Amino acid sequence: MRLTAEKLSGERGGETIFAGIDIVLAAGGGLLVTGPNGSGKSTLLRILAGLLPPAEGVIRLEGGSEEWPTVAAASHYLGHQNAMKTALTVAENLRFWRDFHGDPHLDVAEALEMVGLPGIGSLPFGYLSTGQRRRVCIAKLLVSHRPVWLLDEPTAGLDAGSERRFAGLMRAHLEKGGILIAATHLPLGLEGVGELRMGAGR
Amino acid sequence: MLALFLRDLRLGIRAGGGALVGVIFFLAVVAVIPFGVGPDLNLLARIGPAILWIGALLAGLLGLERLFQADREDGSLDLLVLADGRHMLALSVLVKCLAHWVANILPLVIASPLLGIFMNIEPIGIAAAFATLLVGTPAIAFIGAVGAAVAVALPRGGLLVSVLILPLAIPVLIFGVSACYAATTGPQPFLPPFLILAALTLFFAVIGPFAAALALKANAD
Repeated sequence: MRLTAEKLSGERGGETIFAGIDIVLAAGGGLLVTGPNGSGKSTLLRILAGLLPPAEGVIRLEGGSEEWPTVAAASHYLGHQNAMKTALTVAENLRFWRDFHGDPHLDVAEALEMVGLPGIGSLPFGYLSTGQRRRVCIAKLLVSHRPVWLLDEPTAGLDAGSERRFAGLMRAHLEKGGILIAATHLPLGLEGVGELRMGAGR
Repeated sequence: MLALFLRDLRLGIRAGGGALVGVIFFLAVVAVIPFGVGPDLNLLARIGPAILWIGALLAGLLGLERLFQADREDGSLDLLVLADGRHMLALSVLVKCLAHWVANILPLVIASPLLGIFMNIEPIGIAAAFATLLVGTPAIAFIGAVGAAVAVALPRGGLLVSVLILPLAIPVLIFGVSACYAATTGPQPFLPPFLILAALTLFFAVIGPFAAALALKANAD
């Protein structure tokens, strides 16, 4: 499986914020997108996911066959918001996304254990702290299988221990032949992944 | 899809009790009418079905603007749009509309016979109002989905949603009320307007989710 983007440019409100970005990622490849605020990291991820149309350029997922025809179908997108309902319990939230996304991977209790929150499933999501919410959101990546992870500031609000645990999860994903693109301005503790600096010329 | 239906149903019943608020609003609208028009039982019986329909229509508009806005605010909407290849977005919208109808509007339909007694409607008229509301109110949810999708990015879109969808809901109101009158007073038969009402619901069940899905995709930013 290979994810490629050629001469990608993106705009927000009619103003071009980046142009001419090429990305080639083979299975097991990771890419960190770094850069100052407003350099277009989130926009790039949203364009890659297919939530925004690119101003120019094409994005392809090769070798995904029928199971993963497009990047959108093959991706977990972890945005700034957690996509969880505060009125439902943690387990209800995760179970919903597991059923909705299909391709179940870990079950809910196992996934919560992987992010270091065992036994929290029966609490309403709204009772959790910011970091705990983010970790539940990371557990969402584990309950159903997707070969491509698009992560937008995944470690926002995490403590040092959780960051290390999350780095381990990302390494495991890459070792299994997954593809990972993360926008961040914090070191994620990943070695051997490429880096794309946005907005360097501005 | 079943998972989405159950989630929205749970949210509708659990968070903020939207169902109960709708029923109380419906009760309030219907209950103030006799104070306005006076205690003339014949008059109340004559306008009763129309009042039930207008009350249900207004109560059905409550909470519609939250249909997609809540999902947009917590980021779920992005994931629903992204899952388009697996679960077509129009189908997801349809399922959300059905869940909204069951959680928020079905209680109004169930409460309508009781309120019909308040309005001194004869039993056959109460049965007709119940049947027309049961068949006609899903159309309000489907039309409402379009308004809610268009106004999803607006922070105070509630009133706009109501203004956008009320004109479209007028045919539903006309045929719902005329079927009720056909059952109680009119010489004309009950079935033709009732069938047109059912056809309107089916029509909007197809058009509404597709239009709403297009609006949601256009609004994704």
